[in-house]
Amino acid sequence: MKTIEEIKAAIEAAVPGAGVEVVPNASPSGQHSLRLEPSHAFEVAKFLRDDAELALDFLSNATGVDWPDKEVTEKVKVKRLVTKTVDGVEQSAEETVEESRKRVEPGCLEVVYHLFSMAKKHGPVVLRMKTVNRTDNVELPSLTPVWRSAELQEREIFDLFGIVFTGHPDLRRLLMWDAFKDHPMRRDYVDPDDYEYEPTAHEQVLARAAAHTAGEQIAGASAGAIPGGGQEGIGGK
Amino acid sequence: MSLSGLEKEKDRPEGWNRPRLIEPDGEGELLEIAMGPHHPSTHGGFRMDVALDGERVIRLKPVFGYLHRNHEKIAEGIGYLGSMPYTDRLDYICSLTNNWAYALAVEKLTGQEVPERAEYLRVILGELTRVQNHASSIGFLIQEMGASGTPLMYAFREREKILDLFEGLTGSRMMCNYMRFGGCRVDAPEAWLTAARKVVAGLPGFVDEVDRLLTGNEILMARTQGVGVLPPELAVNAGVTGPMLRASGVNYDIRKVDHYGIYDRFNFRVPLGDHWDVYDRYMIRMLEMRESISILEQALKDIPAGPVMDAKAKIRGFRPKPGEAYGRIEAPKGELGFYLISDGGPNPYRYRVRPPSLINLTVLEDMCLGSDVADVVLIFGSVDIVLGEVDR
Amino acid sequence: MEEGLKIELGKQGVFVTTIEELYNWGRRSSIWPMQFGLACCAIEMIATTMARYDLARFGAEVFRPSPRQADLMIISGTVTKKMAPQVVRLYNQMAEPKYVIAMGACAISGGPFKQGYNVLKGIDRYIPVDVHIPGCPPRPEALIQAFMTLQKKIDGQNLTGEGRPRHLDAEAQGEFPVPVQGEHDLEPSSNRLVWPLPMKTGIRD
Repeated sequence: MKTIEEIKAAIEAAVPGAGVEVVPNASPSGQHSLRLEPSHAFEVAKFLRDDAELALDFLSNATGVDWPDKEVTEKVKVKRLVTKTVDGVEQSAEETVEESRKRVEPGCLEVVYHLFSMAKKHGPVVLRMKTVNRTDNVELPSLTPVWRSAELQEREIFDLFGIVFTGHPDLRRLLMWDAFKDHPMRRDYVDPDDYEYEPTAHEQVLARAAAHTAGEQIAGASAGAIPGGGQEGIGGK
Repeated sequence: MSLSGLEKEKDRPEGWNRPRLIEPDGEGELLEIAMGPHHPSTHGGFRMDVALDGERVIRLKPVFGYLHRNHEKIAEGIGYLGSMPYTDRLDYICSLTNNWAYALAVEKLTGQEVPERAEYLRVILGELTRVQNHASSIGFLIQEMGASGTPLMYAFREREKILDLFEGLTGSRMMCNYMRFGGCRVDAPEAWLTAARKVVAGLPGFVDEVDRLLTGNEILMARTQGVGVLPPELAVNAGVTGPMLRASGVNYDIRKVDHYGIYDRFNFRVPLGDHWDVYDRYMIRMLEMRESISILEQALKDIPAGPVMDAKAKIRGFRPKPGEAYGRIEAPKGELGFYLISDGGPNPYRYRVRPPSLINLTVLEDMCLGSDVADVVLIFGSVDIVLGEVDR
Repeated sequence: MEEGLKIELGKQGVFVTTIEELYNWGRRSSIWPMQFGLACCAIEMIATTMARYDLARFGAEVFRPSPRQADLMIISGTVTKKMAPQVVRLYNQMAEPKYVIAMGACAISGGPFKQGYNVLKGIDRYIPVDVHIPGCPPRPEALIQAFMTLQKKIDGQNLTGEGRPRHLDAEAQGEFPVPVQGEHDLEPSSNRLVWPLPMKTGIRD
């Protein structure tokens, strides 16, 4: 099989304008990946499947990954007016000062595809695509029209991560029920409050029980009746 | 999900990779029934929303998630070794091959080597798992056909002998938790190998017995031949792997393709099917049992002495360097793969299981459209799924 | 009646018993479970019904697929929040007298999958459970022992008075409310009548 750079060259020759870059993999597995631009990903996928030499006709695995926002602290050199007392006289002069600034690097959601070839018996070729951000722009092109095996896997990624695949024939939740509102595999998902019975009556346990009962009574339940309404996260578990 | 408001063939955009739809003949309403989640033949909590025109299946939508136990989320918090017992519970009939796939993926991530005796033990346990899985699968398939448990009794009789072996070596009948990154947990004493040889010596007789009982059976042939045909191009495109793929005539066995472990040293064939139907899938499983027995005989003869675990390998508290790896094996149900992303910490950043049962179900609708509702149960049984793997 | 007298009469061919004993003996010797396997424990349950650990000799002759015809529901495997409404519905559809065995750690309290957003932490949050079997999965012998424990429990049920079983008590309810799948969790998250809060706040006696 060709090396990753040769595959990249072949893709760029066949689909001009496709932004492909190599993402190296530091582990001993040596499985480097290719990052695709979402705009041309569909044509690249078709080329990879139909090419006579590569013949990547088997999509083995489609994975979603969540990269949350990162807070980055960096030191920046800034020119500032600094007042200094020199020999009892106050003077202000411009000086370069080092300041530490906090910046939020926006996160994104990523989808990773592993391709193999059943005809040529080689692989894997790893493709990656990133969304723009994690909140409102989470669309990526679906590769289901190229490889049917992506159908259920992309539905699962939509269910658990929230990436919307445009062009998917039947995008709905796979594992959770339809009325469910969150995307559970994201790193910032909070589990619903679930009170656990504990026999040891020490303070933290009693406090948890109090919080739980208080929550139930707020929902309008009376003793002996079955409480209605859901239990929202009350101070976490 | 409601099936009313059927999509028509003409309403679809071009180039969709979807099952070829069939139209109901005659007027009258379609009968929509939900097969499952509590159903004697759905192997657990699984639902199929079926729309019927008389007895013919017009639409079929599977519903998953009744056993979704968020294994992948748990794995992000308990470290690499902590996930090993959870992999047992993925495909709960074949726990040792799940362990092997995970250990292989982690060994790819870290570059660890496995000693030779451990490789032989892995092959022996993996092939024993394959034999008991195929026997159980055939047993369940025939039971769903209405045979009321007799072939299942035979299959489980053999399975109990193999489970006794597992218990003797790993301590548990089903959830073995035996493979480790860089080898196996404990060494097999000579007495265990002798017992294993005795069990393996009895296996060809068992396969012959099941063969005599079932293969020429006219009810089996009448109900399964020509039913649930899966053309090879669709199978490849839909990512189907395992005995179902080989029954559709595609020669792809990961033991021969990836050369993982020491499978290159053993002489075994890969059976392929000609007619791509349920009967072929049954026959492929019978033939694969025979090939597994042959591998077992060779492995039990050649197993060398030596350590089963590299003494310097760190199992607990290990932090692989940042990177990622995808490791896969030929599990009895198909290609079982694990994709791990490490960020240098003690827990994997992303831990993904590539479930063969879920992906083999992509083509369930294609195979069932146009056939009778009684055949849906058979076709579903021939896919050989386990809900723990489908929903993880 | 004392045992010695019973044996003496027995030797003469006279059999003496109470209606309660006879009634309970008939009930406990023919408990038909419902075919309800959810996960890994289901395979051990099937192995218990197979030739090696035959469960049929204890009276569980057939596993009925329909809840209307079954006496016992063996919850074998993890109950997820997606499946929980169906489990409660099936329990409601069973005819009295009905019993529940919670098999395995997952059915008792969520088991190894407790940290789950989709896992119900124990089926006894919604329906009353008679016997719990710990284990992951419990061995077939453990399931047989649970079955025998249930048989002992049925043997000890009085037909009249305080401790009578539900099907002889006009006031006791046999139907339990089915939870609804809400936006984040099941609503309600547990049934207070069946799973009461065991500790009162601030009281340590």
